[in-house]
Amino acid sequence: MATPLLSVSSLTIGIRRKGQPDTVIVDSLSFDIQKGERFGIVGESGSGKSLTLRAIADLLPKGVEVLSGSIRYDGAELIGMPAAQRRKLMGPEIAMIFQEPMTALNPVVRVGEQIAEGPRRYLGLSKQAAAELAIEMMAKTGIPDPARRARAYPHELSGGLRQRIMIAMALSCGPKLLLCDEPTTALDVTVQHQVLRVLEELCADSGASLAFVTHDLAVVNQTCTDLAVMYAGHIVESGRVAEVFSDPRHPYTKGLLDSAPDFDQPDRELVSIPGFPPNLAARPSGCPFAPRCQFAVEACTTAMPPTDEVAPGHFAACFESARIFEGAAA
Amino acid sequence: MTETPVLRVANITKTYHLGSTLIDKLSRDPNKHSSLRALDGVDLRLNKGEILALVGESGSGKSTLAKILVGSSTATSGELDYHGNPMPTHRSKDASRRIQMVFQDPYSSLNPRISVGSMLKELLLLHKIVPRGEVKKESIRLLNLVGLEEDALDAYPSQFSGGQRQRIAIARALAVRPDILIADEPVSALDVSVQATILELFAQLQRDLGLSILFVAHNLAVVQHLSQRVAVMYLGRIVEVADTAELFSNPRHPYTRALIDSIPRMAAGSVNDEFVLEGDPPSPFNVPSGCRFNPRCPYATDACREIDPALATVAPGHESACIRADELNELAAAGTKNN
Repeated sequence: MATPLLSVSSLTIGIRRKGQPDTVIVDSLSFDIQKGERFGIVGESGSGKSLTLRAIADLLPKGVEVLSGSIRYDGAELIGMPAAQRRKLMGPEIAMIFQEPMTALNPVVRVGEQIAEGPRRYLGLSKQAAAELAIEMMAKTGIPDPARRARAYPHELSGGLRQRIMIAMALSCGPKLLLCDEPTTALDVTVQHQVLRVLEELCADSGASLAFVTHDLAVVNQTCTDLAVMYAGHIVESGRVAEVFSDPRHPYTKGLLDSAPDFDQPDRELVSIPGFPPNLAARPSGCPFAPRCQFAVEACTTAMPPTDEVAPGHFAACFESARIFEGAAA
Repeated sequence: MTETPVLRVANITKTYHLGSTLIDKLSRDPNKHSSLRALDGVDLRLNKGEILALVGESGSGKSTLAKILVGSSTATSGELDYHGNPMPTHRSKDASRRIQMVFQDPYSSLNPRISVGSMLKELLLLHKIVPRGEVKKESIRLLNLVGLEEDALDAYPSQFSGGQRQRIAIARALAVRPDILIADEPVSALDVSVQATILELFAQLQRDLGLSILFVAHNLAVVQHLSQRVAVMYLGRIVEVADTAELFSNPRHPYTRALIDSIPRMAAGSVNDEFVLEGDPPSPFNVPSGCRFNPRCPYATDACREIDPALATVAPGHESACIRADELNELAAAGTKNN
C-alpha cells in the first residue's frame, strides 16, 4: 500500500498539570487516511473527536497540547515542526471547515476578499486574479450569482450560503486534505443535503481526502468511505463504513447504532446506552466503556483491550468481541 | 374526529415591524417600512393525548408558533382556543399553568444558581399545587416521574449532564400539572445515545399522564419514531398535516417530499437523491406571490405563481396546501423516468 496521506500514530492529547499526572483527553490514537479517502470520525461530545482534528490543524485550545505521538503528513512529521513551516501547510495542503460558519468568518470583511486571501498569500496570485478565483470557487460550490455575493458580508448570507463560502475558502488553494468539524450540524436538513453533495463532488473532482468529524451516524453513512468510532479518547472500532454499520464488532458501536433513529426502520425500538461517559480526570482502568457495557467481564475492568483485526480492514478494541458478535451470528 | 381538540389555532398571524427609529419613519425608502410575517395564517389542532410533531426549516415560524401557544408572545391576529373556549390575550395564572414549555437547550433554560428542589418548590407554592407541608413529597414524585432520584433535590443544574438537565426541565414543566406540553427541539442539543431515553420519556408521559404534546423538531427520523401526527411548516404557514405513517409514505406536498428525500439514511444503498431542493428558503420579508413554495418547486406551473393555495383535505385526516396534490405521485414517477 502507498504511503498514507496522513498517518496519526499513538497521538496523546491532554492538559499538563504541575505536580500532578497529566489529564489525558485523547489516548494513543492511531489511524491512517489514504489519498482520496473520505474518513469519518464519530463519537459523542467529549469523546475527543474534535480535538484530534484540531491537533492535525495545530489549532488546539490554549492549555491543551499534544503530549506524545506523531502526526505525519505526506511523510513529514508535523509534531515539533517549526510553527512558520507548519503554517505554510495550512491552506495549500491542509484546510479546515468549521461547524459554525458565522463565527468562523470575519464579520467585517467581504466574503470574496476572505476567500481571495489564501490564494494571494499562498499561490502568489495578484489581487485581480485572486478575486476572479474567489468568484470561480463560489460558483463551484453552487452559490447563485457569485459575482454579486462576493461583495456581501457574512451576516447578509444564510447559513447554507455561509457554509458554502467556508467550503470555497477551504478549497481555494487546492488542499490535499480537508478537515471538517461537524460542517452541517448547524444547517437544516434540505440545506445539509445540498452542502454534503457539494463537498462530495468537489472532493471527488480535486481528489482531496476528507477527515470528517460528526456525531450523526447517518451523515457518515452518506459521506464517508471509512470511519473510526471514538469513545472517551480511544478509537474503539474502525473499518469500512458499510461493514461497520452492518456488522459492528464493538458493543459501543452497536449501542450507538441501536440508539439512533433510522428513517428506514420506523418501528425498530430505540435502545439507549445506560450510564454516562467516564470523567476524563479520573479515568477508570481497563476498557473505558466497561462501566456501561452489558457484556463486560472481569478482564475488561483491569486491562485495556488491544485493537484486533476482526475481519480484513475492520478493527475493534474489545476482549469479548468474538463471543458477543460471532456467537450471536451463529 | 368530532372531539373538541385541546388546542386549536385558526388563521394565526404574527407580524414583526422593523425600522421603528424616527429616521426610518421619515425615510421615503419603502424597504425601511418593511414588516416580517413570521406566521401567515396558521391553522392547527392538537387532539387530546396525542403527540403532534411540527417540522420545518429554520425561519419557518415553528418557534414563533410555540411561543404564541404558551403565551410568551401574542399573535397579531387569529384565534386560539383551549378546549373549545377562546384563550384570553392576557392569561390568568391558572390559564398559563395549563400549557407548559420545554426548551431546546437545557444548559441555558435552567437557572444555575437555584437548586432543583427550590426551583420546584417555588412553582408548587406559587401555583398552590400542594400545601406547604407536602412540597417535598410532591417534588420527589416529580423527579421520580422523569427518572431522577430524591438526591437531585439539593443539587444545582451544573452538577447534571445534558440528558439529566433536560429531565429536570421536563419535571419543572410538569410541576404545575399542565395538560399540554410544548417541546421546542428538546433533544437536538443532546448526544445520540441520550436522545433515545428522552424520547422514551416523552412517550411514557403521553401514555401515563394522557398529556397532549406538541413536539417541534427538525429531525424527521426522530419525529417518525415519536409522533402520531405531523404538521409541516414552510415560511409561516402549515403546508401539510397527516398521520405520521401516511405523511411519510404518501406525502402530498412537494416540500414534504423534499424534506423526506434529504434525510440522511443509515442503511447502505438507501440514498434517495431523486428530489433535491435547490436554493434557500425565501426571506419572510418578501414572500413570493402565489404558492410560497413555487420558486423552489420543480412542479410549479403558471397557476402556482398566481394562486395561494389553502390547506385542503386530500384524504381522510390528510390535508395539503398544493393545487397539484392529486398529481404529485404521477409527476414524481414521470420525473424519475426522464432522468
